[in-house]
Amino acid sequence: MADDILYSIRGLTVEYTTRAGVVRAVDDVSLDIRRGEILGLVGESGCGKSTLGKALMRLHRGPARITSGELWFDGRDLMKLSEREMPKIRGAEIGMVFQDPMTSLNPVQRIIEHLTETIQTHEPETSDEEAYARAEELVERLGIRRERLKDYPHQMSGGMRQRVMISLALALRAKLVIADEPTTSLDVIVEAKFLDLLKELQKEFGLTILLITHNIGVVAEVADRVAVMYAAKMAEVGDVNEVFANPKHPYTQGLLKSVPNIRLDEGELYKMGGAPPNLLHPPSGCRFAPRCPEAMDICHVKEPAFDVVEGDHLASCWLYQEHPEPAGAVS
Amino acid sequence: MTEKTMNPNPDSDANESDVLVRVENLKKHFPVQSGLIANILNRGHIPAVKAVDGVSFTIRRGEVFGLAGESGSGKSTVGRLTLGLLPATDGKVIFDGVDLGSLKPEEMRKMRSRMQVIFQDPLASLNPRMTIGETIEHPVKIHITQNAQERRRIVWDILEKVGLSPAEQYYDKYPHQISGGQRQRVVIARALVTAPELVVADEPIAMADVSVRALLLDLMMRLKEEFNLTYLFITHDLATAKYICDRIAIMYLGKLCEVGPLQDVYKHSAHPYTRALLEAVPVPDPKHRRTEPMPAGEIPNAINPPSGCRFHPRCPLAQERCAQEEPPLREIAPGHQVACHFAETLFDS
Repeated sequence: MADDILYSIRGLTVEYTTRAGVVRAVDDVSLDIRRGEILGLVGESGCGKSTLGKALMRLHRGPARITSGELWFDGRDLMKLSEREMPKIRGAEIGMVFQDPMTSLNPVQRIIEHLTETIQTHEPETSDEEAYARAEELVERLGIRRERLKDYPHQMSGGMRQRVMISLALALRAKLVIADEPTTSLDVIVEAKFLDLLKELQKEFGLTILLITHNIGVVAEVADRVAVMYAAKMAEVGDVNEVFANPKHPYTQGLLKSVPNIRLDEGELYKMGGAPPNLLHPPSGCRFAPRCPEAMDICHVKEPAFDVVEGDHLASCWLYQEHPEPAGAVS
Repeated sequence: MTEKTMNPNPDSDANESDVLVRVENLKKHFPVQSGLIANILNRGHIPAVKAVDGVSFTIRRGEVFGLAGESGSGKSTVGRLTLGLLPATDGKVIFDGVDLGSLKPEEMRKMRSRMQVIFQDPLASLNPRMTIGETIEHPVKIHITQNAQERRRIVWDILEKVGLSPAEQYYDKYPHQISGGQRQRVVIARALVTAPELVVADEPIAMADVSVRALLLDLMMRLKEEFNLTYLFITHDLATAKYICDRIAIMYLGKLCEVGPLQDVYKHSAHPYTRALLEAVPVPDPKHRRTEPMPAGEIPNAINPPSGCRFHPRCPLAQERCAQEEPPLREIAPGHQVACHFAETLFDS
């Protein structure tokens, strides 16, 4: 594994067992997260982006199961670790920030207790004073006055609670922070300030962030690279400037055109026809083919590989791959 | 303060016959404690959340009037007050010349068929045990006709119009059997089936995915033309508002800070809060960078709002005067009203 890659996901498949049948929420996905980058993972509801995020920490329980794949994190395949070894990774090396900080924080525990408990659980030799001092320093860096450490979560605003979540990840110097819709419940001004903070932390602490979001604007604002998911598959990955200026996958093209842009004067939004498929019965061939304006015969029959289009830019689309002539593809 | 702020609607270029809704100095205070002990402890002064605290605007026939603000600004409460779903603490809502506060319950019920609402979450707005057909038929039965055959025809008709076509495929389905976008179409159909004049749409597309949003907006705009509707479009999303609103009002902590034609407000915003909101909207272009600093802190508590201008503790331009004197909403260009002491300076910059 190349040194600049912190997390390498190979052929990851996650299945949910439901009464109606087995749903593959993440289907044979491969993705690299590079050291020190903010990687934006976008897609619409149900595309599997949150399931993927949780799988990176092996958090799935109950009806969800990782059925295949390798999760190479900082030189180790997490799939080979025992359940007892995982807590050393979770929280300590990989931190997680969810959409609703209120459900992630303990309502009857003060903020300071969240922080000292986190530090002392993973680093038992730390004294109370030391843990307290570290917590104070950290929250001040994140723009929370140290008096507020005595507050309970409900006494804080949404933006402050989200800063506390980040501070929990930073307290143990996590190498990777997975942030799943971290700004979705925040108002725009608070969101803008939180995104600024993420960028600062990325630079200051060399933090690597996987930012999972449905908000294309948020990705454009902070991400270095972007990964686009559609119907449990990876559709496209590339440098954020490159993907926005020159999207390859027709789904990405449609998605970008349907996002409202406050800075543009043109009046119409692109209207993508159809809806994402039911993953109990995904269509054969490329999953986007039934909605794709450029679909060819082969697209309905055979699934394209997720492959390099040019340089660092990958897409799973037959438009950029060798394929049999349409006549040969009749099924 | 009192004299100036009591002057409602300096909306100079609105012709009286064009006005469908006139909201005058509307207030809604929600008491946070009540009862004898609270009363004694507070010496008769019961603290209240001043959700809406003196709001005036007009909605003209056939326009899309946007009402935008952050959570807690009071925008949804204004929507409910406008529909008469909540009694106002003070002020008036005048719908087509009739003061809603003066109506008897029976008269208000008749009035309701002329104004309808679309909420954010279609699943919460639909009865899970009623089929789509029954759901849409309900208001028809109340307001239009008792004839079952006639009702069915009306429902089929509207289902086709909102794009749930063929209608027979959806008529007997339950809300859980269709997608979120389709559910919102059902809610739209139910709202429009009584042929209302005003539709209050409270974050109607906030829960939909990007690709579905564009379709729903397009549908709402097509139906507006077909049914001659007027929309009060309540949203936190200024980027979406840009695509459909004719005029827009920006709300902060129970008050309006800026009102005007959308292009004027967006291109020549003259209130520091409007500027910050517009600047904060994420732009789907990696080359774009924010230039102005964001205001400090977050929206304060509406129980004890700041003195003077409510935005002054967070405002980069605040002067001493702003903490003492509340700026009235005043017209600085035709149809463009701003509540800031320094509106002219900002308007020209």
